[in-house]
Amino acid sequence: MAEIAESGGGDDKGKKHGKKGSARIDMTPMVDLGFLLLTFFVLTSTFAKPKVMSLTYPAKTEEQGPEPPKVKNGITFLISDDKVFYYKGQFYPVGNAEGKPATELIETNFGPEGIRKILKENNTYVLNKITELNGQLSKKQISDSIYKKKVIEAKGDKEALKVLVKTDMKAKTRNFIDVIDELYIAQIGVIAPVDITKSEQALLDEKLKQ
Amino acid sequence: MAKLKLPKGSPSIDMTPMVDLAFLLVTFFMLAADFRTDEVVKIEIPSSIGKDDIPQKTLVMVTVDTKGRVFFTCSGEEVRKKVLMQMAAKYKVPFSEENITTFSRMEGGFGCSMSELPKYLSLEAEERKNLPNATIPVDTTKNNELADWINFANREMLDYGKAKFEEENAKQGKGGIPLKPEDFKPKFVLKADMEAEYVKVKTVIEVFRNLKLNNLNFVTSQEAQQL
Repeated sequence: MAEIAESGGGDDKGKKHGKKGSARIDMTPMVDLGFLLLTFFVLTSTFAKPKVMSLTYPAKTEEQGPEPPKVKNGITFLISDDKVFYYKGQFYPVGNAEGKPATELIETNFGPEGIRKILKENNTYVLNKITELNGQLSKKQISDSIYKKKVIEAKGDKEALKVLVKTDMKAKTRNFIDVIDELYIAQIGVIAPVDITKSEQALLDEKLKQ
Repeated sequence: MAKLKLPKGSPSIDMTPMVDLAFLLVTFFMLAADFRTDEVVKIEIPSSIGKDDIPQKTLVMVTVDTKGRVFFTCSGEEVRKKVLMQMAAKYKVPFSEENITTFSRMEGGFGCSMSELPKYLSLEAEERKNLPNATIPVDTTKNNELADWINFANREMLDYGKAKFEEENAKQGKGGIPLKPEDFKPKFVLKADMEAEYVKVKTVIEVFRNLKLNNLNFVTSQEAQQL
């Protein structure tokens, strides 16, 4: 197969002398091989490298712990099948002892006009702090390590927004990840995925029926 | 009339640039892309802004598919082998030499209960994918095989990570950037399908939390951060 085609041979006198022009090698098998390998690599390789989003859960305590700490600046998200509701602050059932009005769920959506807007409005303390720190960092007033430390500090501050995420039986993984993702975008430091309570579930069911 | 002169012999095209191109592309693909691992199930992962890479070295991964089936895998052939041996000892399930080899080579994960695992391993790779009810039992009360898998994998991965850390440290010598020991600790990754019911995912999360493994990583595809 691999013949060497001589160009400009054919000397009638049969005299031996160097070949004129260049000796050409048939490259076809090499091309075949090249493309075969190429096809193989194209088919067996992946480019879209998946990434990970880390989430730290609160440690489980053995005993049935006391009531969850009462947070002032908190939002609770209740997630159901492709729907998301929220309420601010603490949960007050109907006819509670403190005489506060009962908690009402407000519906929102997963898009930028929904959760993201709410979080942005409520987490201004941290967001402003981070913008300030970013400015300092770009002017080289603070070092990278101090910047990181300060960001963590700001996120854990009393003023920072705390978010509880609760899911019901019908929620999809996508919904949960979407919410967590929004929380990361809004620089929320304290994220707690917790169990839904019975009264919240009842309220959610009622809301879903409407 | 002057005849049009046709060249004698076969016309030959200079293939050199084509060869150059082909091999250039081959080289590119070899260097730039990773091999795809043989996954047991197809998972549509949700997207997020997470930008950390999947820890390849010391990975313990649980997969939850659309139907809520649970699969398990961890990195390292040696680790997988040791984990299987421990599971076999605990559940008193005998495995043949071939089964163990098959298992240690299964990078994509498996989903099967311990009692059926020998049979599962003797199937062909394609047959394994077509089992509709293949899952690892995850029960919050008894029969929580997933917890045992994770627990054994965690311990083995710790040892493996330590050995790997020392090995790479020695290889690097004094000149290089110091390696972080954290990078060699076991990392727990949860790969859940977008459409999977969160309740199913939650049971898996609870398994991790009961083992006091609170830091989980969700596999997501990257999306651009919108501001």
